Amino acid sequence: MSIFDYFRTPRNRSAAVAKERLQIIVAHERSGRRKNPDFLPALKQEILNVVRKYVAIEQDQIKVHLDREGECEVLELNIVLPDEVSTARQHQ
Amino acid sequence: MARVIVVTSGKGGVGKTTTSASFATGLAQRGYKTAVIDFDVGLRNLDLIMGCERRVVYDFVNVINHEANLNQALIKDKRVENLFILPASQTRDKEALTADGVERILKELHQQDFDYIVCDSPAGIERGAHMALYFADEALITTNPEVSSVRDSDRILGILASKSRRAEQGDEPVKEHLVLCRYAPDRADRGDMLTVEDVLEILGIPLLGVIPESRSVLQSSNAGVPVVLDETSEAGKAYGDLVDRFLGKDLPHRFITAEKKNFFQRLFKGG
Repeated sequence: MSIFDYFRTPRNRSAAVAKERLQIIVAHERSGRRKNPDFLPALKQEILNVVRKYVAIEQDQIKVHLDREGECEVLELNIVLPDEVSTARQHQ
Repeated sequence: MARVIVVTSGKGGVGKTTTSASFATGLAQRGYKTAVIDFDVGLRNLDLIMGCERRVVYDFVNVINHEANLNQALIKDKRVENLFILPASQTRDKEALTADGVERILKELHQQDFDYIVCDSPAGIERGAHMALYFADEALITTNPEVSSVRDSDRILGILASKSRRAEQGDEPVKEHLVLCRYAPDRADRGDMLTVEDVLEILGIPLLGVIPESRSVLQSSNAGVPVVLDETSEAGKAYGDLVDRFLGKDLPHRFITAEKKNFFQRLFKGG
């Protein structure tokens, strides 16, 4: 640092921006390369837990699929609700 | 058994051919019988960088098509013992590179007791680039501290992990090394260039060498002399270190911090 640095305008730290953008895009592209992203089982379990707060369902009544269509990723969530749901609603 | 090393990057103009030329020359200088093959069919340039462009008679595609034998096409370097160049074809299209043809030539080089075969990949991810990396045991991922280059390098790492022969056959994966070219320590210090650590953090592969931005790289290519032979230049020294590190020496990285300035430079130019 020279004494003149105190009079300069703050520098634009563009490398920090570059690093952040790269980390995001690289992580995104790596997840696209994998057939089954590793977060899917955890995602499935958490969704199951949330649904179970309201409706009693079994582990195999929830299906999670991640598909790629061109540039888009499609998360498909399929939950089969048991017949008791309609009666449960009436009690609320 | 010869080790096959691909020099690749995805993006063009980042230093693949410069690195291939200096890496192969450095290996040969240290006594290893080395062949360097240009896979950039249609846009050959390794011959110019190596300074043997006027000695090209037959090329890689001629050998693949049985129009010449390997020894007719291999150019023996005039400066360094044990160094041979196999130029790319300038007239054919890249479809001329077949996996069977490339494999046959690599096998012949194995039989001729080569220690190292350096494959200089073309830019992109098409056939030439795929063929250059397909048979590789190790890869030098050439990258600049710049967003598009780093992203493309990551893409190439994905291809090495899925489309190389080692990946297809379920063998031990291709050993990856990062070569960071055109590094400007003062700009990295100022925060307007990705640092060595930034690039390492993003790509997550071991660092083999950092080549500083240096005038001597252009001067050497003007003259057709691999920059590693310019032992007075920083880039030449950095390539020398890179080769020694590849061969197992534990050397610190040089030229990755900005030069210290004296009091008056600090006062007037900033630190």
